[in-house]
Amino acid sequence: MLKSFRIGGIHPKENKLSAGMAIQSIALPAQVVIPLSQHIGAPCQPIVKKGDKVKVGTLIGKSVGFVSAQIHSSVSGTVLKIDKAMDASGYKRDAVFINVEEDIWEEQIDRSEALVTECNLSAKEILEKIAAAGIVGMGGATFPTHVKLTPPPGMKAEVLIINGVECEPYLTSDHQLMMEKSDEILVGITLVMKALNVQRAIVGIENNKKDAVALFTKKVKAYPGIEVQPLKVQYPQGGEKQLIDALTGRQVPSGALPISVGAVVQNVGTLFAIYEAVQKNKPLIERVVTVTGKEVQRPCNLRARIGTPLTTLIDAAGGIPESTGKVISGGPMMGKALASIDIPVAKGTSGILIVPTLEAKRKAMKDCIRCGKCVQVCPMGLNPTLLMNLTEYEVWDRAEKNAITDCIECGSCSYTCPADRPLLDYIRLGKGKVNGIIRARKN
Amino acid sequence: MEQKLIVSPSPHVHSGDTIPKNMYAVLIALIPAFLVALYTFRLDALLITALSVLFCVGFEYLIVRFVMKKEPSILDGSAIITGVLLAFNVPSGLPIWILALGALFAIGVVKLTFGGLGNNIFNPAIAGRIFLLISFPAQMTNWPSTAMAVETTDAVSSATVLGLLKQAPEALPNLQQMFLGLEPGSLGEMSAAALLLGLVYLLCKRVITWHIPVSILVTVALFTGILFLIDPLPQYNPLIHLFSGGLMLGAIFMATDYVTSPLTKKGMIIFGAGIGFVTVAIRLWGAYPEGISFAILLMNAFTPLINTYTTPKRFGEAVKHG
Amino acid sequence: MSVILTAVATLGAIGAGSAGILYLVSQKFKVEEDPRIQEVQDTLPAANCGGCGFPGCAAFAAACVNADSLEGLNCPVGGEVTMDRVAAILGQTATKAAKKIAVVRCSGTCEERPRLNQYDGVSNCSIAAALYGGDTGCSFGCLGLGDCEESCTFDAIHINPLTLLPEVVEDKCTACGACVRACPKDIIELRKQGPKSRRIYVSCVNKDKGAVAKKACNVACIGCSKCQQACPFEAITIENNLAYIDDDKCRLCRKCVVVCPTHSILELHFPPRKETPPAAKEEEAIANA
Repeated sequence: MLKSFRIGGIHPKENKLSAGMAIQSIALPAQVVIPLSQHIGAPCQPIVKKGDKVKVGTLIGKSVGFVSAQIHSSVSGTVLKIDKAMDASGYKRDAVFINVEEDIWEEQIDRSEALVTECNLSAKEILEKIAAAGIVGMGGATFPTHVKLTPPPGMKAEVLIINGVECEPYLTSDHQLMMEKSDEILVGITLVMKALNVQRAIVGIENNKKDAVALFTKKVKAYPGIEVQPLKVQYPQGGEKQLIDALTGRQVPSGALPISVGAVVQNVGTLFAIYEAVQKNKPLIERVVTVTGKEVQRPCNLRARIGTPLTTLIDAAGGIPESTGKVISGGPMMGKALASIDIPVAKGTSGILIVPTLEAKRKAMKDCIRCGKCVQVCPMGLNPTLLMNLTEYEVWDRAEKNAITDCIECGSCSYTCPADRPLLDYIRLGKGKVNGIIRARKN
Repeated sequence: MEQKLIVSPSPHVHSGDTIPKNMYAVLIALIPAFLVALYTFRLDALLITALSVLFCVGFEYLIVRFVMKKEPSILDGSAIITGVLLAFNVPSGLPIWILALGALFAIGVVKLTFGGLGNNIFNPAIAGRIFLLISFPAQMTNWPSTAMAVETTDAVSSATVLGLLKQAPEALPNLQQMFLGLEPGSLGEMSAAALLLGLVYLLCKRVITWHIPVSILVTVALFTGILFLIDPLPQYNPLIHLFSGGLMLGAIFMATDYVTSPLTKKGMIIFGAGIGFVTVAIRLWGAYPEGISFAILLMNAFTPLINTYTTPKRFGEAVKHG
Repeated sequence: MSVILTAVATLGAIGAGSAGILYLVSQKFKVEEDPRIQEVQDTLPAANCGGCGFPGCAAFAAACVNADSLEGLNCPVGGEVTMDRVAAILGQTATKAAKKIAVVRCSGTCEERPRLNQYDGVSNCSIAAALYGGDTGCSFGCLGLGDCEESCTFDAIHINPLTLLPEVVEDKCTACGACVRACPKDIIELRKQGPKSRRIYVSCVNKDKGAVAKKACNVACIGCSKCQQACPFEAITIENNLAYIDDDKCRLCRKCVVVCPTHSILELHFPPRKETPPAAKEEEAIANA
């Protein structure tokens, strides 16, 4: 029996159309738009102005506040303007527009392919390099990594957990990265283990990626303290709390951080970025993006500079199909539907999923038949149908008592509902309201 | 790309599960029991079932269209199930007008006055059956002998096993016959074997979980078993209780009705145990020979309360450090 | 006969006994309450709309009775008449509050503000607003999904199916503020109803730069400040590319309405001008419709 989390879960069709497609770098676009808010936390302050010349890796946005991440230019060229631009959030926010000229990199960046395993830096220096490189959680949550790697006072990490699950259907960017950059990721793991001062790391990989499991099982022998654990193919296996449960048998209590059970979780993409930042002095300026969809001509995994227009990536995959009804940034379970494809690739863009119109429309919602299937599948052990009703009727005290704030927004409830009820839509709304009430009470 | 992009909150995929799919799965699971009824009661079974379905679907359509003035969704299959279950709960020789009345009560009063599928408190078929049982006790307990029995004897009506338990425990038939369904009774409650086949199908299709049927059957078996150990009278025999009357039909198809049963596994087990307990209590000490319908109806009323007080096991609640 | 007597006597005894117990219990658990609270509550409209800022009429009544003066306490639904009555009961004077009414500060109809994508979620503004900026180029404007309509207990605001914008039924609006709180985009504002219901307001909340706003919507405020220059009373301020008319300072001269190049300033219930410039005619038409 493969390991898995213990409560709920679903198994949507995997549809990994772009699996095994080698990562291709795409040509530089004529212009990039780099949003100043690509992470959870305070937006960056721009430190360049119109007409400034920048190189690849030049700092252009300085983080303000503790929870924030630096932003670097991903191209060389001239700053055109700093203006509002639509991003994946669906709102217009500040961004730096840069006209691309040549491809000149900052001198300190090591652009060679050679693997660097040696690292003489201290834990503090590693963390400083990670913070300076502006690294955020690459799985899509975009939480600043240096913050996550700094446990609150009095807490100590015991185990590092590496998320190579990629449980979202369609997406293959992490899978492909694991196949092509396994050594770099493993070095990244040793760096983070050093930064956290932990002796043990577990790489969790969903068992539909047997090649990655085999490759990592073979390679970890050279790295003491790192284990590989194949996991049952079950959504949301890659949820932070679910993954810790599956790999260590520890359940993070309601409202607590993973560190409360001694665990820190990092995505494989993030670890690769950490390797590049620490060993190659390369800030986070590019990432792997899966471009996929049933009607897409060439589903593929692309390495794109941050700020590249999505249209450039879609063109590289054969252009936008005639039948397109919906374009999603991320996977089909937790990704965000885009109002426009004229937006740039950001640090959290793990994939672009193009859905044909026929599959894009939601079905009309029917009355709840109280089948309880949402209760069965909820990986947090909540009662989604109750929480939806409580939100609809604005009974916030009961919603709070029924742990609405525990919801991880995985969408298993809405996915399962035979009456097509938009359970998560309401729960997300209620969760926001209840969180607001809790914050107001604390102040 | 001509048209405007569609924007909606995540998730963007759906399992494809629908209400009709679940309903039709229940209907398929009822087929073995129907075949047994067809074999035992011949055309009567077909007639009663077909008419009952027709009445239920017809009343639902008419009431929704002309009284509630909404678009009827009779194809969701719920009215068909009510029809079949109502038919399965009455004797094969029931006058048609009584059947129609039962259907009207089940659909019109029990289901639609509460707002239709999903909003009713009581299982319509069960409530319909009880309505008929109380209103027309004579017709509702006039059990024609099974077709097989007719060939050998001249009896036109006979007592059910549970009736015999109450009145003449010495004349009980053997267990094998009861299991296969050759003893008198309502249309669909004949064969425990056929009904169990349906249960296996429903479990495989994941339409229902094991919690409700198993907890009912286990409670009945335990309760009567303890009594049987204390005093081994035939009316305490757990096997007779398990395989007779409407217990299997009720436990597998009526108590598991989504709308009127609890949401959580814990709640389902409390619900099932309650049904099992009340059923045995009525069977042994009540005025009626059969108690499953009353038990389900009673526990239906408790469902909202059970839902309020049973929360699912939350993540992080039980395990702190493994 | 004796059976009947016994029955009557028994039932009578049970009845008397129960009454006694009930009396004792009610005395024991009696809550002392200022009788004026009930009296005040009876004069209130019992709409329990929360427009006064208290959770329901009972809480407002208690607040009135317990307060030293009625200053700041106002029942927007009952208005002056109700507050005078409350003041009479409590032997105080009511503070006069100008009658207010809800105004919808968005004129982006389907023609003025083309739809760029299709929203396919629940018909709920809060959910849509949390998802993205909306199905038009303007991420500030009305989403048209009816949270305001849903929140109104007085049936006073409705989404017009043609324009997909909410419209306030002036006779029914009590300025309770429920729609203001319900709107996730802060489009609805309570403004002074004005003499003969005449009012002037900027019907736009778009804070984008002029060109961007104009591109998204024909009737957007572009922050050009022409109205500000035209206003003789300094009632208009421009902040974040958006004009705002202070209804305390506005004297309803209508000069701003005429100069607005995008017709984003609306005037309501004014008589027609003598020499109406052609541009304002449409506004007149919309306002009077």
